[in-house]
Parts: sequence; C-alpha cells; structure tokens
Amino acid sequence: MLHIVNKSPFEKNSLESCLSCAKDGSVVLLIEDGVYGALKGSSVSDALQGAMSKVKVYALESDVKLRGIADKVMDGINLTDVNGFVDLAAEQDKTQSWL
Amino acid sequence: MSTIKQFLYVNRKAPYGTVYALESLEVVLIGAAFEQDVRLLFMDDGVFQLVKGQDSSDSEIKNFSPTYNALGDYDINKIYVDKQSLEERGLSLDDLLHLTWEDEDEDWAEKDSIVLVDRSEIVALMDDAEVVLSF
Repeated sequence: MLHIVNKSPFEKNSLESCLSCAKDGSVVLLIEDGVYGALKGSSVSDALQGAMSKVKVYALESDVKLRGIADKVMDGINLTDVNGFVDLAAEQDKTQSWL
Repeated sequence: MSTIKQFLYVNRKAPYGTVYALESLEVVLIGAAFEQDVRLLFMDDGVFQLVKGQDSSDSEIKNFSPTYNALGDYDINKIYVDKQSLEERGLSLDDLLHLTWEDEDEDWAEKDSIVLVDRSEIVALMDDAEVVLSF
C-alpha cells in the first residue's frame, strides 16, 4: 500500500496517523508540505526514523527543493520525481492519502 | 497628516501549501507603502517562509522568497522569529535568509533585520501592537 502525506507534521497529525496505520512493507511518500516531515533533527524526526525499519519512505524532490530543505533531509529517505511517484502508485495495489 | 499605527503581522503558515504566506507578504508591502510602523512575527510553520535556498526550478510554483530581501528597502526592519519554532524544526538562524536594512541615521550602516525571540517576548510584541493581522 502507498501512503501519501501532504500536510506539515508540525501543524497536522497526518504523518503520525499514517505511521501508526502503515503495515510492514508499505511505502510512505511525502509531498507538498508533507516533505517537512523529512527534516533531520526536528521534533518529529525520531518518529519517522523509527518507522523506517518497517516502511520505505520517499519524498518528492521538487517539493523538497522548493522549500529550501534539500540539504536538511534525514538519511534513509529516498528522493523521487513525478515519474517515480507514478511508478510507486502503479507498483502498489492501493493508495491512502492522509489529507 | 495621517495617523501612524503599530501593526503586527503574525505569520504561522508554511510558504507553499496554502496562500497565506504570499497574501501576508502583499499586505505587509501595502502597509509599508502607507508608512505605518510594521513588525513581522514568524512562528510555528511560518518560520519555513524565511528558509534560504528555496528553489523552484523543478516546480510549477513561483519562489517568492527573494521578496523578503526587499523588505529592508521598504523600511521594514523589525522581523521577529520564534526561537522555539526553529528548534522544533531542526533549524537555526543560519538556515534563514540574511535579511538586512540600512540605517539612515548611522551613515547607511547595514544591520540585521531578524531578531530571535522567545515566547515571553512574543507576549510583549502582541501586547504592544495596536493592530494585529493574522496569517
């Protein structure tokens, strides 16, 4: 399953809810303001780091760059482009968007 | 003669997910055009508005962060950033745009516009303001 998070984890609990519901082996994709969850050394980075042992985490690179945080993304997060986004959606059987 | 009031703009939203940040910037520039006493406060996700290195080359969205550099030219030089909000986001002052203004009274010496504040200083900022505009 592909979980998509597009809200800032500092403003909404979307990422927290997503991580608590994501099954082992599923994929989490951070887009739009959701990419702020990829910041290293933040108050939510430990939660995401901890989840990486069971889920694979991607972030949309164009949204990361737009927000000026490309050099602040924590290790273990895979940056992808829109083609990668399409591939992830096609590979996974279904998608849950944590709006 | 027009009345000068002290305006505080409270910015709490990240720059691109909603239109609040861009709208705030436009209203701030209008306020400055009317020669009002303008102060800007960035807290919560609003601190993301000032992160340097924003790059829209791979996006359809316009990067409006260079506009913050022009604030000094409009005599907007009181820019307050909440320290706690930066820390929660793994950020520091070095990660922000270097915003400056030139002090006419000191032979146009370049001075920093950004001041880091804690929550007690924010209480005072809100208390001192005659008009608060929230974004």
